[in-house]
Amino acid sequence: MRVTCVVNGETREADDVWPGESLLFVLRERLGLPGAKNACEQGECGSCTVYLDGQPVCACLVAAGQAQGRTVTTVEGLAPGSGEEQLDRVQRAFLATGAVQCGFCTPGLIVAVHDLLARDPAPSDPDIREALAGNLCRCTGYEKIMEAVRLAATS
Amino acid sequence: MTVSTVAPATVEGGVGTSARRPDGILKVAGEFAYSSDLWADEMLWGATVRSPHPSAEIRAIDITAAVALPGVYAVLTAADVPGARHYGLEVVDQPVLAIDEVRYEGEPVAIVAADHPETARRAAARITVEYAVRAPVTDPEDALSRGDLVRHVPVRRFASAGGTALTADVVVTGTYEVGMQDQAFLGPESGLAVPAEDGGIDLFVATQWLHVDQKQVAACLGLPAEKVRLSLAGVGGAFGAREDLSMQVHASLLALHTGKPVKMVYGREESFFGHVHRHPARLSYEHGATRDGKLLYVKARIVLDGGAYTSSTPAVVANAATLGVGPYDVPTVVVEAYGVYTNNPPCGAMRGFGAVQACFAYESQMDKLAAEVGLDPVELRRRNAMTTGSVMPTGQLVHGPAPVADLLALVRDRPLPPAATGDPRERPGGVANTTRGEGVVRGVGYAIGIKNVCFSEGFDDFATARVRLSVVGGEPAVLVHTAAAEVGQGLVTVQAQIARTELGVTKVTVATADTSVGSAGSSSASRQTYMTGGAVRAACQAVKATVLARVGRAGELALVDGKVVASDGAVVASLVDLLGNDVVEETVEWRHKPTRPLDPVTGQGDAHVQYAFAAHRAVVDVDTELGLVRVVEIATAQDVGKAVNPQAVVGQIQGGTAQGLGLAVMEEVQVVDGVIRNPSFTDYLIPTILDMPPMAVDVLEMGDPDAPYGLRGVGEPPTISSTPAVVAAIRAATGRPLTRVPVRPEHIAL
Repeated sequence: MRVTCVVNGETREADDVWPGESLLFVLRERLGLPGAKNACEQGECGSCTVYLDGQPVCACLVAAGQAQGRTVTTVEGLAPGSGEEQLDRVQRAFLATGAVQCGFCTPGLIVAVHDLLARDPAPSDPDIREALAGNLCRCTGYEKIMEAVRLAATS
Repeated sequence: MTVSTVAPATVEGGVGTSARRPDGILKVAGEFAYSSDLWADEMLWGATVRSPHPSAEIRAIDITAAVALPGVYAVLTAADVPGARHYGLEVVDQPVLAIDEVRYEGEPVAIVAADHPETARRAAARITVEYAVRAPVTDPEDALSRGDLVRHVPVRRFASAGGTALTADVVVTGTYEVGMQDQAFLGPESGLAVPAEDGGIDLFVATQWLHVDQKQVAACLGLPAEKVRLSLAGVGGAFGAREDLSMQVHASLLALHTGKPVKMVYGREESFFGHVHRHPARLSYEHGATRDGKLLYVKARIVLDGGAYTSSTPAVVANAATLGVGPYDVPTVVVEAYGVYTNNPPCGAMRGFGAVQACFAYESQMDKLAAEVGLDPVELRRRNAMTTGSVMPTGQLVHGPAPVADLLALVRDRPLPPAATGDPRERPGGVANTTRGEGVVRGVGYAIGIKNVCFSEGFDDFATARVRLSVVGGEPAVLVHTAAAEVGQGLVTVQAQIARTELGVTKVTVATADTSVGSAGSSSASRQTYMTGGAVRAACQAVKATVLARVGRAGELALVDGKVVASDGAVVASLVDLLGNDVVEETVEWRHKPTRPLDPVTGQGDAHVQYAFAAHRAVVDVDTELGLVRVVEIATAQDVGKAVNPQAVVGQIQGGTAQGLGLAVMEEVQVVDGVIRNPSFTDYLIPTILDMPPMAVDVLEMGDPDAPYGLRGVGEPPTISSTPAVVAAIRAATGRPLTRVPVRPEHIAL
């Protein structure tokens, strides 16, 4: 089947999509956008978090056909341009605080934090933890991710 | 001419600064190419058929239906392996694809290449394997009595010659168990194999040691090493799980067979079968001490379940044995450590590597002893703390700083966290807690651990670095090339920092790690900043010597900000003028001081390179009625010798502490009759951001005179003692003995 959707502001088409494919697979393997990550592909780790019509979702749990005619924003679409100055404040905060180690959880966390700060510009620590409870990180123990969110909220 | 040099104290982005990761922007932008992100024209997808049985004979394999499926390009079994049919890190015993039998659940039996991953999976499902199922050996004690021994390491040291009687006024005993932990890196096993025109293969993979992969893959493919070229693709965490091969040979076989690039990406369930785990262990200890708490002897028996194949079990056993009494002065030690073969999942490297299991047991014993003699747990440890000049149970003298007592004091003297505020999210179990916290009790626990850094027991441990200095775009630039695996720890940052410090050049690029340069050894054993860092420093110094020799004047010279500077600060020359179009390149193979094997009977020998120490204090709230635990805060103090990148050091300490916390209260690969019951992130739980508390960190920098910049390996120590500290805190809150990790609710509330 053919899937057409708006991804990071551009209308994109994917052909010969097998109906069992996830939005994650189409983004990564058919549209050249591997930013959303394939850590568990069962909705437990949040590494594949993208916006679907403005709502954060696990792209691994969205069937490709469900994205037909809808708007998707991935981590690649958050920064208006390339270069450090052009990065989104959440991306810059992750860099500044050392919240990135292996980085596999990072794209999903950045989308999740981007969404949190859009809803709540000044979240408390318990609010941050609650909002990010669906995003696993194995490297950092989350302390520097907490710092990154606090920094992003004030920048 | 003799040229002596002085190193600049601080350099922008150099050693001792929290320089930014060179891969950071790509990682936050979603543009960093991990091993599962790779793509090639005409690429096929690989899939693996795995054994559903922990032990069975293979009577027949029928691939007919799989081959007949449209879109399938290859179906291969053991008969199609052109070279060696087995591989292994230390012992070559693991089949590339099962030969006549399977010895653990998940063992690869056949592989498929197809034009779509779903086609490959369906083809794999059409392969019929006829098994004659055997009763699996799953109890390590049974395995030991059957003689299925991987390695026995005894360590015997006696206070007085001929004195073998183990007697003391105070004796505490205990038997402890550690469950099987998974590394649970987030980036699954994956990679891309591309067949090359010379009949060889170009393999892009996530691994910890490119050259040990290359050696094994080449042997299995029946190719010379130079035709098997590996490049490091982006690595989504490792923690030991990428030391052994996973898809490397399989993807290469399929690529050579089909003549097309083949990508393999494990899903999470497959990943639980695709790599080794932390050894489950059973540890029986007896501590003898005086009434004032001075240790007289420790006697221990440690049995580690190695699972179906050898992997790195021999070295894990040696660590458990040699580090088995902890960072304490113990006059008499009798340790027997065993690793055995069973039909459980193979176990091998995971962060902490044998030291984790032992630490849970000896620290539990130290608390027991403290209670027995009526001492505070920290005071008891202080009275027995090893220090510089102490002698290990192996007879090895501890040369460098060993600030065991200082580290304990640091965590003890931190202010305690405030009482819970009443926010239901702060209760054990969070908002899922159905009580009002009536049964919640707070507890505090302490632990300290010891870890060896670098490879031990006489292993020829080296790292190679190639450093090139030239003028690029009108300014001096350095290219650092090693085969060292950046797995998230920040090794690429550290390599660039060292080059900036040594060569006084800001513009430093770290090339992609690959096998076109010599081996760097593994990103394991907390060794890479020491080893590859040492090699980069040595290569930079060789470049510097070549450059300074061109200046043609004696005296102390330094490279600062792209210039050659005399000791009085006068600029002697600029690197741009000095180099012109020339390229200065040096390659250095660097080694740490040699170690020695352990005596097979007494376990005596200078087997280790360096010792590293971390201490933890854990504060927990336990709902004693529901058996739920919330870790309120965990404080760490660690001596790192020299914090080459302070931000990355703290990141390692916090991340390592989190993995130890996970082992304490939630993480276990549950294996029943040789079968993994929870191979998913739904059922195998790792700490979320809700499970992790604030983590205060104290970093000591007590330089080791033998190590580059005085540094001490950082990655593993924080994982080792956080587990017993958390459990000690739960014991303090509940009074329960808690002899097994992970602690489950029923251990507390039933």
